[in-house]
Amino acid sequence: MRLDVNDHAYELHCEVGTTLAEALRDELSLTGTKIACGEGHCGACTVLVDGAPVLSCITLAHAVGDAKVTTIEGLREHPMLRSFVRADALQCGFCTPGQVVSAVALVEARPEPTTEEIRHAMAGNLCRCGAYPKIEEAIRTWRD
Amino acid sequence: MARLIRTEKEVEGRYEEVWLVVEEDALEQWPTGPRDVVGRPAERLDGFERASGQAVYTADLDKPGMLHTAVLRSPHPRARATVDVSPALGMPGVHAALGPGEVEQLSAECNYQGQAVAAVCADTLAQARAAVRAIRCDFAVLEPLLDPDEAVRRGELLGDPRVRERGDYERGLAEADAVVEAEYRTQVVLHNSMETHQAVVEWTREDAVEVHISTQYVWGIRDAVAEGLGLPADNVRVVCHYMGGGFGSKNSPDDYTFIAAELARRTRRPVKCALTRREENTAAGNRNATIQRLTVGARSDGTLTALGGEFVNAVGWGGWSSGTEGPMQMLYACPNVKTTTYGAKLNLPPMKAFRAPGFVEGTFGLEALLDELAAQLDLDPLELRRLNHAEQAPEGGEYSDKNLLECYRRAEPHWERRHEVRARSTGTVKRGVGMASQIWYGGGGPPSYAWVRVGSDGRAAVVTAMQDIGTGTRTAMAQIAAEELRVPLEHVSVSLGDTDRGPYATLSAGSSTTPSVGPAVRAAAADARTQIEEIAEQRGLPKDAPVAAVVDVLEDAQILGKGARGPNPTGMQVLTFGVQVAEVAVDVETGEVWVERIAAVHDVGRVINPLGASSQIEGGIIQGIGHTLSEERLHDPATGRLLTTTLDAYKLPTIADVPEIVSELVDEPDRHLTNLGSKGLGEPPIVPTAAAIANAIRDATGADVRQLPITREEMLRALREAEARQKEKVGAPAGV
Repeated sequence: MRLDVNDHAYELHCEVGTTLAEALRDELSLTGTKIACGEGHCGACTVLVDGAPVLSCITLAHAVGDAKVTTIEGLREHPMLRSFVRADALQCGFCTPGQVVSAVALVEARPEPTTEEIRHAMAGNLCRCGAYPKIEEAIRTWRD
Repeated sequence: MARLIRTEKEVEGRYEEVWLVVEEDALEQWPTGPRDVVGRPAERLDGFERASGQAVYTADLDKPGMLHTAVLRSPHPRARATVDVSPALGMPGVHAALGPGEVEQLSAECNYQGQAVAAVCADTLAQARAAVRAIRCDFAVLEPLLDPDEAVRRGELLGDPRVRERGDYERGLAEADAVVEAEYRTQVVLHNSMETHQAVVEWTREDAVEVHISTQYVWGIRDAVAEGLGLPADNVRVVCHYMGGGFGSKNSPDDYTFIAAELARRTRRPVKCALTRREENTAAGNRNATIQRLTVGARSDGTLTALGGEFVNAVGWGGWSSGTEGPMQMLYACPNVKTTTYGAKLNLPPMKAFRAPGFVEGTFGLEALLDELAAQLDLDPLELRRLNHAEQAPEGGEYSDKNLLECYRRAEPHWERRHEVRARSTGTVKRGVGMASQIWYGGGGPPSYAWVRVGSDGRAAVVTAMQDIGTGTRTAMAQIAAEELRVPLEHVSVSLGDTDRGPYATLSAGSSTTPSVGPAVRAAAADARTQIEEIAEQRGLPKDAPVAAVVDVLEDAQILGKGARGPNPTGMQVLTFGVQVAEVAVDVETGEVWVERIAAVHDVGRVINPLGASSQIEGGIIQGIGHTLSEERLHDPATGRLLTTTLDAYKLPTIADVPEIVSELVDEPDRHLTNLGSKGLGEPPIVPTAAAIANAIRDATGADVRQLPITREEMLRALREAEARQKEKVGAPAGV
């Protein structure tokens, strides 16, 4: 199968039933995408498919088709990443790539989101360390 | 000089007597207040690596030829298994299978749901899971013991009941003008670290293993694995550079490490054994439930005369009976205190330490009880606490330092808001403000060591085999070294998390990393700094010349400093203190509770990184809000089977649940504690949150909530009870 990831076309062999998260991590070694629950409950595995946030652990790799996948590795230059570090919007960091991907999807659609919009868009990304206040701040100040 | 001493060592509120070689701590503390680097906000050193996904966690490791493991666990709380693993061996991709007894951690005798019974490793995780399903296994289900009170009645206990008494409790009660009795209950809470428990084990020689593991304690893993495998400790290398949360649950190797080790030995391949989220929420530990039957007696002015409690820790099948009575024993100057604590042994998964174990639960009971007393005596809850403030440790000994009164003083503006907050109540939504005090350990202790290496480019590397589990200790250590060396923070790196590449450093638990390792880092940096100044003198440079200008002629030569953590002050109690003030809104028709604001003031000695410190406080409070309002591991009362192992059933706080949080630290160095005067901050912020919220609910509605989590059912029950009490009062004939 083919997979378009971070503007690169990959040829890979995945068994039917392989999730997008497994394909990214195990086949392409793009381990920035984390799996924390493996059943679509926590948001750690969030990637962009044609710009929309998607839970890669419950998305079948074969179902992605020609869509463009963007992972955290494809967002390394995005100012949101620096903003997360500046605001101290992470502690253990395991959920953080997924948080950043969700945050990027939000601000690409709405560059100046309100607090309510941030809370709505980010409510699917769990952070057990409780970095939430600073995640909110990082998103509010991402262009500073 | 190295000195051998016999001392008490405290971890998570448990003390043990140990022999220690300590080195004198010759450095003077820095004066109070921010320095050039220490005490000023710093971005975390590894923030970009973590946020950008470049940091390699144990979960991300993929060694050549690595096999994956699936574990068969008992679905029953009590059962005897009959197992035949041979069908698994014929499944695709399978390399080895283990049955009960083949490692100690696999057992056919299942005394809790999640007991590991058998394990299979295969080329892929999917193959391993398919093979586990092929194992023939019959469970003869037995009657489980699930009720903690019943376990106490039957004497099914972990350890002896713990009785602690001072003064004369009965006389204290007799002297009281008012007595309040209440029963409080707290629930089982799950750690839910985002990275599940896991390890990759590889035998690098016949008699040596390398263990990559998501852990809070690389040295503890090293010693336990060495003992379990019968190897010299130095033949076990333990590595953990990044880990995705622990909260107390990742201090030991557990079943998965030993299963991986045995499978790796048999297959001569690296083997990964990683828990699924559902296994994590079954078998990876929990904060145990408690029942607290409490009594307080006081004079009419609020002076406490007696405190008493029977505490039942529903420990589960293993673990320990934590100090749930600690706050009652330690927080107030009450002369007469009697507590009895039972650890009930049940057919439920073993507890593990979870962020201030015992004290989170015990503070909920005690501080809610104090407010019930304040309500009965019509006293201001803050004044009641000031009145009973302990100047000296009630159980004996001096405090090394204590700024709780200063915390109360700084909390006053938040406390004063209560009139305005109450006034914003509407017909069905009642608002109120509550407070609770915090007491906990957090002084750390020896031993811990650090090395500091300065190269001819003037850059420094701190080497110490500790962990940074997300608290930001890596950054704090770099700040301390930069301050002492007088080099810019960005010229300091920190190497940690590898028992082969650095000296011993303590575990990342018990709020102990910064107070234990920090002084060792400062001592090592001071050692290097002294050498730099000696070189400066020989080069005819001023003592305070920039480090880079002093060492630039050294080429490959390096300056090496070493440092050790000195002893804790003899005969003194080293503790952390604080207060939190919560504002809540309660919908009295639906029982819904919103936390609208929490103000926190804590006293943890000198603050190294105010930015990271505020994050620790926010994180602790948010976990505390989950503990108070939404989180609960449920089991079926008939069968004991767990009902909340997934993250849709177990309700963690989300970003939408977060109130306004205001935090402040007293930031006064503990003058008796080490060359830093710093204590730990990982745990203190979660301690008073539940009680502050419960007390705010009482302030808003007059209802006494006594059970966590405060679900709508519990809230409505408490409201009905308060209403009935009110009716009784109003309806009672005059003069009765």
